[in-house]
Amino acid sequence: NKHVIRGKSGVEQVKLLDRFNNKTTTGTLYLTATHLIFVESNVPGAHEIWILHHHIASVEKLSLTTSGCPLLIQCRNFRVVHFVVPRERDCHDVYSSLLRLLRPVSYDELYAFSYNPKQNEQQREVGWQLIDLTAEFERLGLPCDQWQLSDVNRDYKVCETYPRDLYVPITASKPIIVGSSKFRSKGRFPVLTYFYQEKKAAVCRCSQPLSGFSARCLEDEHMLQAISKANHNSRFVYVMDTRPKLNALANRAAGKGYENEDNYSNIRFQFVGIENIHVMRASLQKLLEVVGTRSLSVNDYLLGLESSGWLRHIKAIVDAAIFLTKAVTVEGASVLVHCSDGWDRTAQVCALGALLMDPYYRTLKGFMVLIEKEWISFGHKFADRCDQLDGDPREVSPVFTQFLDCVWQLMEQFPQAFEFSEWFLIQLHEHVHSCQFGNFLGNSQRQREELQLKDRTYSLWAHLLSEQHNYLNPVYSPSFAERHPVLEPSTQPWNFKFWRNMYHQFDRTMHPRQSILKHTLTLKESNSKLEDTAHTLQAVSSYLLSSPLRCTNTPLQSLSSLHDSSPDAPDGNGGERTVEGSSATENGYGELQSSFSSKNEPAMVSLEFGVARMTC
Amino acid sequence: MTMEFSEHIKTANVDDVVLKLPLRPALKGTLCVTAHHLVFSERKEEGSYQLLLLLRSVDAIEKSVENLLGYPQYPSAGPGQRMTGLSGSSGTIVIKCKDLRILQFDIPGMEECLNVASSIEALSSLESVTELYPFFHRPRELSLSEPWGLSSPQQQYAQTERLWDRWRLSKVNRNFSVCMSYPRTVIVPCAIDDITLAKAASFRQGGRFPVLCYYHRSNGMVIMRSSQPMTGANRKRCREDELLLQAAIDESEMGYIIDTRSAQQAQQARMAGGGFESKAFYHHWRRLHRHLERGKVLQESLIKLVEACGDPSQNMDRWLSKLENSKWLSHVHSALSTAGLVAECVERDGHSVLVHGFEGTDTTLLVTSLAQLILDPASRTFRGFLQLLEREWVQAGHPFRQRCAHSAHSHARLRQECPAFLLLLDATWQLGRQFPLALEFSEVLLLRLAQDAYASDYGTFLCSSEQERCALQVKENTHCLFQFLLRREEREKYVNPLYEATDLAIWPSVHPQSLQLWTGLFLRWTEYAQTMDEAREEIWTIVKERKETDRPKGCAHTTLSRHDSFTNVENLMDELTVL
Repeated sequence: NKHVIRGKSGVEQVKLLDRFNNKTTTGTLYLTATHLIFVESNVPGAHEIWILHHHIASVEKLSLTTSGCPLLIQCRNFRVVHFVVPRERDCHDVYSSLLRLLRPVSYDELYAFSYNPKQNEQQREVGWQLIDLTAEFERLGLPCDQWQLSDVNRDYKVCETYPRDLYVPITASKPIIVGSSKFRSKGRFPVLTYFYQEKKAAVCRCSQPLSGFSARCLEDEHMLQAISKANHNSRFVYVMDTRPKLNALANRAAGKGYENEDNYSNIRFQFVGIENIHVMRASLQKLLEVVGTRSLSVNDYLLGLESSGWLRHIKAIVDAAIFLTKAVTVEGASVLVHCSDGWDRTAQVCALGALLMDPYYRTLKGFMVLIEKEWISFGHKFADRCDQLDGDPREVSPVFTQFLDCVWQLMEQFPQAFEFSEWFLIQLHEHVHSCQFGNFLGNSQRQREELQLKDRTYSLWAHLLSEQHNYLNPVYSPSFAERHPVLEPSTQPWNFKFWRNMYHQFDRTMHPRQSILKHTLTLKESNSKLEDTAHTLQAVSSYLLSSPLRCTNTPLQSLSSLHDSSPDAPDGNGGERTVEGSSATENGYGELQSSFSSKNEPAMVSLEFGVARMTC
Repeated sequence: MTMEFSEHIKTANVDDVVLKLPLRPALKGTLCVTAHHLVFSERKEEGSYQLLLLLRSVDAIEKSVENLLGYPQYPSAGPGQRMTGLSGSSGTIVIKCKDLRILQFDIPGMEECLNVASSIEALSSLESVTELYPFFHRPRELSLSEPWGLSSPQQQYAQTERLWDRWRLSKVNRNFSVCMSYPRTVIVPCAIDDITLAKAASFRQGGRFPVLCYYHRSNGMVIMRSSQPMTGANRKRCREDELLLQAAIDESEMGYIIDTRSAQQAQQARMAGGGFESKAFYHHWRRLHRHLERGKVLQESLIKLVEACGDPSQNMDRWLSKLENSKWLSHVHSALSTAGLVAECVERDGHSVLVHGFEGTDTTLLVTSLAQLILDPASRTFRGFLQLLEREWVQAGHPFRQRCAHSAHSHARLRQECPAFLLLLDATWQLGRQFPLALEFSEVLLLRLAQDAYASDYGTFLCSSEQERCALQVKENTHCLFQFLLRREEREKYVNPLYEATDLAIWPSVHPQSLQLWTGLFLRWTEYAQTMDEAREEIWTIVKERKETDRPKGCAHTTLSRHDSFTNVENLMDELTVL
């Protein structure tokens, strides 16, 4: 570990201010090549905060105060830390080092290329083979009599942001494909992304046509006809333009636009009205401003929630996915989804729609497959949207975060439908930004191949699967999936809620102090373990119990501690005893606080699994 | 059936009625009006649906009739058809219940429809308490001779030995002459005799002098409650009242008075004869004002919230703005944070607290009971919670009769309705959300209480004070809801499977982001509730599995049960570590 602060191993006596109450923690700040680390001082079992440089969105030096120089750091995983460094010079050192470190200009500088989880080459390779899209299309029954695998993009010649393997209608010949791709923005011509076998209906995706005010393209029209003909259940194919109509109209002036129903013989055209990346970026920013306010009143919270528009946007995406799902599963029609370039809103809607239609994607592994397919392989620009390299800030947008948010909303409505819990989503969000694994680096498959990620980095999927017990949903029911293969979420507005555990994942005081999820998970785990342990113990006890019996009523809790290799260390620092970190002072019920003698706060309790646990 | 009831029933039975319930297909059957119930039975051979609706739970009734005979485009409707009972006319009754459910009956025959509607209107709003259903409810498994109620100040006193050197039981109110709304017995400082109490009472609105409601075992601090002092515009004082408060704490101690009004409201109250404890006369008490809404404002908040929840619009912004506009969550926030403040005074700062507002029968009780839930593990058990409600709400004289006369749907002019008790249940639900293992009872119990406070088969929530209950012999002639809920087969429905007792205080987070709309209550009749119920079932199953794995599973071949083997091994391990 390389230390960047001049001549010192760390800056001491740094205060960490809690953003929602007057609590401060004193500790030492360390800077390594990959992390900023804060270690609480003078506490046994000291609390540590590890912040990955890639997670830092902004560093701000605020104006000097009597107690020192404040440093405000905002992270992409919604952590906000406020340090006060006693000496200005130290603060400046940390600040300028961070500025240098958090703006990598080339991929080689990213954490993934230095991260080493102590696996051998073979394990690394196996990790990269865990998710296999060819197998996924086979699972969907492809290729079949109407759809074939095309090699037209084998060398990324037709569309460089698409994957090599693409499924197209058998009647779509190479000239049609090439012609169509020339008429589509960034060459992203219509291809299949999901196949609903029961009705032989396909979900296809593409980018907007370069129609301008009047241009047409016969090959593109043929392409859509081919898609329509591949499905005998319906005489037409839906074309879903996920943009608001106004945006699509405006695009016509730039030679782009949308399909004219008069030119395409058998389409039904539909606008959906999801806003663009800039609106979404501003919306999240507004939301974070609102919920980051100290002493926020309930009314300002609700008004802020409304004016940020965030939940309105989330609902729009879910509405679009429901439209797609109904068209496919109820009407049996094929649907072509696009937006402008077909890699943001299109990815959101196709992925969410597939999640509603197919229970497989609601399993842990299935969800990985879904992300690999709709997001990674079809070229969602993770590098640009997540600001992996020092790039254009106008390209940054929380498109993937929104998708995870939508999934969470569904989990809330269908608690038994998903094999994984929200901690899995939060962990995914963490790693989309961490650049610790190779999966999300770059903007397209082609770029990933050029970077030789499979040889030089590790796969997140292997990592997540290895600790999947942390991410399971204890009330998941496979039989629920049988009863509800297709989810039909309600779109009443009260079903859309602010996802506190995501946007406040590091604000400990805001969470339920006891977690049902964690508890039932432990129960469920110990249920199965108990069975095993019982046998062992019985053997041991019958051996040992020649001494007289003493029976006491032992609470369940102590039983479970038998299985814990590392029991939770209770706070031994003489602080008040609290229920999982609940304490009166943090909550700020009144002005009494000042009059209280300041007692020691309890040791921080890590909230849940899944929250920012960096492996180094 | 007494004469009065039958007078109200003009049509007792109607056939071919169509019932439309939320989330269910329409049903056809017979509707029957009895003295206390509306009975609907589906006309089917097997497994037919029956609905038994307590008329008291009807909050509002809307009727519309259509007499097709009156229209000229139906000339064929001759006298012959009129003979068959106005087959061309029909009516619809929409019933909005106090538990927020909405039912619709389509009734053939305009006259029948109007008759049924007027019967429901009359029978759902009977004025006399003794005519209400609890006085007629006689289930076979219950007997009127069974004990009524679970707790009382006497019992509370008897069980808290450490109270005895400083506090005593007073029967100064044995005839309800000192305070109409207090129970006969109250807990007061030993140093204060009954004569002083009576004088202090005359200085407090409604005679509600300060009494003890909670003793904090770990440091001996107490929570008391009262009504406002009647200082009036001339800043009157009362030596006895001052003595009473002084006797509650040591010379060297400080106490806090949490006034549930704003400072301005408290000032203005003086003009109407009320007031607050001035620092000059109550040296050892520091007053803090925490404004909590009450009365009409709270009732209107509930009405707006329920209206927002019934809005069929799919618009996100509209929903959020209506939710904000109802202010309900703000009230939940104020209640929890004021209770948190009281608990903080007691537990962290080590001060005794007196809570009051105006009458001391609404927001005061809200705050004292929530503070006890935060502080006292005993009040978080199933029985303990019911005991808390009995002492702090029923016996302490929350005027249920006026406050819960109508709920959110009623068109009647608001009189003294106020959902203070509903707010308590909501705040308790929030506690349960934040500490899902800490309460022994589940949301289902809170929903049951929310329903029974407004309309019940039991006598517990009848009347507004112990005095009224005694005068009407409620305890002799009705069954007790709390006793009933504690019966084993009932109790099972309401317990929290995840409960694990903790003796620590549970400090709720009061960030707006931590508060949630109580969908279980306000959106109870939407599809949302269904999937949630299924998930709850699943958690039950997991917990039960766990308990069964623990329990002996017929180890016939060995005398050791599995649980014993664990216990013993643990004991042995303990011994080993000691050695």
